[in-house]
Amino acid sequence: MIIEVKNLTKSFKTGDKELVVLNKMSFSIEAGEFFSITGRSGSGKSTLLYQLGLLDHPNSGEIMIDGVNVSLLSNEERTKFRLKELGYVFQDYALVPELTAIENVAIPLLMQGIEKKEVWKKAEQALQKIGMGERLHNLPNQLSGGEQQRVSIARAVAHDPKIIFADEPTANLDSETADNVMKAFLELNSSGQTILMVTHEPEYAKLTRRAIKIGDGRILSDGRPEDII
Amino acid sequence: MQKQITKTSDFLISVKLGFFLALRQVKHSNKATTALIIFVMTLTFLNLVVVRGVLVGLIQSTINVYKERYIGDIFISTLQKKDYIENTPNIIEIVKNLPWVESFSVRYTQSGTIEGTYKERISYTEKANEAGATITGINPTKEDIVTDLSSKIIEGSYLNEDDTESVVIGAYLLKKYLPIESAAFRTLENVDVGSKVRLTVKGNVKEFTIKGIVKTKVDEIDMRVFMLDTTLRNLMGRTDYNANEIAIKIKPDIDPLIVKNALIQSGVGRTAKVQTFEEGLPKFVTDIRDTFAILGNVVGSIGLVVASITIFIVIFVNAITRKKFIGILKGIGISSQAIEIAYVFQSLFYATLGIGVGLLILYGFLVPFIASHPIKFPFSDGILVAELPATFLRVFLLALATVIAGYIPARMVVKRNTLDSILGR
Repeated sequence: MIIEVKNLTKSFKTGDKELVVLNKMSFSIEAGEFFSITGRSGSGKSTLLYQLGLLDHPNSGEIMIDGVNVSLLSNEERTKFRLKELGYVFQDYALVPELTAIENVAIPLLMQGIEKKEVWKKAEQALQKIGMGERLHNLPNQLSGGEQQRVSIARAVAHDPKIIFADEPTANLDSETADNVMKAFLELNSSGQTILMVTHEPEYAKLTRRAIKIGDGRILSDGRPEDII
Repeated sequence: MQKQITKTSDFLISVKLGFFLALRQVKHSNKATTALIIFVMTLTFLNLVVVRGVLVGLIQSTINVYKERYIGDIFISTLQKKDYIENTPNIIEIVKNLPWVESFSVRYTQSGTIEGTYKERISYTEKANEAGATITGINPTKEDIVTDLSSKIIEGSYLNEDDTESVVIGAYLLKKYLPIESAAFRTLENVDVGSKVRLTVKGNVKEFTIKGIVKTKVDEIDMRVFMLDTTLRNLMGRTDYNANEIAIKIKPDIDPLIVKNALIQSGVGRTAKVQTFEEGLPKFVTDIRDTFAILGNVVGSIGLVVASITIFIVIFVNAITRKKFIGILKGIGISSQAIEIAYVFQSLFYATLGIGVGLLILYGFLVPFIASHPIKFPFSDGILVAELPATFLRVFLLALATVIAGYIPARMVVKRNTLDSILGR
């Protein structure tokens, strides 16, 4: 198991009311899986991803990632864990505007203290792998949405993370570009990369190997995407 | 131990990455905004150094002139309750033999009155055109070597060694240079170069011609009447060589205290007062200098606070508008420390450039310009005092204030919840 979730609960206070978004959720994910989280809008898909990706703190429950109980980590340890073990692809690409494509990919590597020469080599390789070898020195505003998302994917994979978390990675893209991005994910997964993706688009969820559908704070169904969507 | 090594290594990585991020941020920032911030920093730096420098410079130039034109590096004068320096010839011999002495001038002084336009006075009931003055006998050549008095002659010319019938008069004894109407302090009217004046010293009266008018902006000089020492001694009826003042100029880079101590050890202190130039300064002058320095520091401190607030606002606005990206950087594992350091470097960049431009303006233009075109004040020709140690202290203070002002807002934004920042909440 690469991820094991036990009794994960997350709620938000809205005025006097407490809204339970994830209610004692338990499941596990195997290493090398391409896993999608689906559900209708507001069902808590992204909230679940943020808890698993250590971007947020659950109210209760336990998350084990590759044998580490990450629920017990301090903030500093969580940051280091995210840096070394996890990769992120956000819906709006989330590239730093004043850094070129290669620099955006390089910063997590630089933070790891990897030798500079090695950093630039790895960053370039990651971009080339995703078909962005010609746009290394372009700033984000000089790239199309699809290109930016590919840079974002290169940044997520450059340091060989154990898991990639993708939050609606195709939501802002036209269908052709979105197809290309999904193709990139599938290629990564075929080489053994574990990917967790939140999507509300059934056609893309169907491309993954396993999916869960969530609603009312619970897992409504879990299995092969074509069976549950 | 291992934990410590890891922390140090993490810190170094954060510094490197912080520098990298800062460099990119500055490179891609709005050029006009960056120029404006640097301009504000330059003005703040100049405010910090120049305001104090001009205030102190006004007094410092008074002090410099006092030293250069009047008391020299060492000043030997009469003891209290004595009319003159006893054994002056012996003291002169001691002074001559000191290896550090470059030149010296012996002065004889006596209070007296100077009267002008007496030939036009119709009756004795008419008020005389006269003023009280310190009559000073000098060797004009030696005096000029010590005080360069001849360069301060504003009308007419300086004394020669055979000018037995001429005097040089201080500008403040003439109404046209010091137009004060006071019963206690009188000045001469309608007296100029070439005018005949009558001097009364110890009851003896002699007529002289005004050869020149001297103006140094030192009251002690500008309210004197200078004549040859031999002439004054004759006028006073003095047969001894006991003088009243000896101004000594010492060789460069010699500590005046060494000379003073040597004179004291030679017994000069028994018959005369020996003072270094600092000790010889009137207390009010040093008091004003200290007060102006405090005033300058207060004005400068206000500038420092303004600069800090400017940097705080700039960094805060920058950080708050970029909070999403700060959140993303944290999200992908960049340490808060590295992000904060990036902002500190950014602030330092503004400070360094602002200060650099300020230093160029200060030492490349302002100091030499004001030195050659002093600010004209009634009591001095103001210079800009900007000693390197004091300037660098202000450079350090401004840089420190900037770093703190850059760090605080960055810290405020960086410590926000990562997810809230990413989602723009």
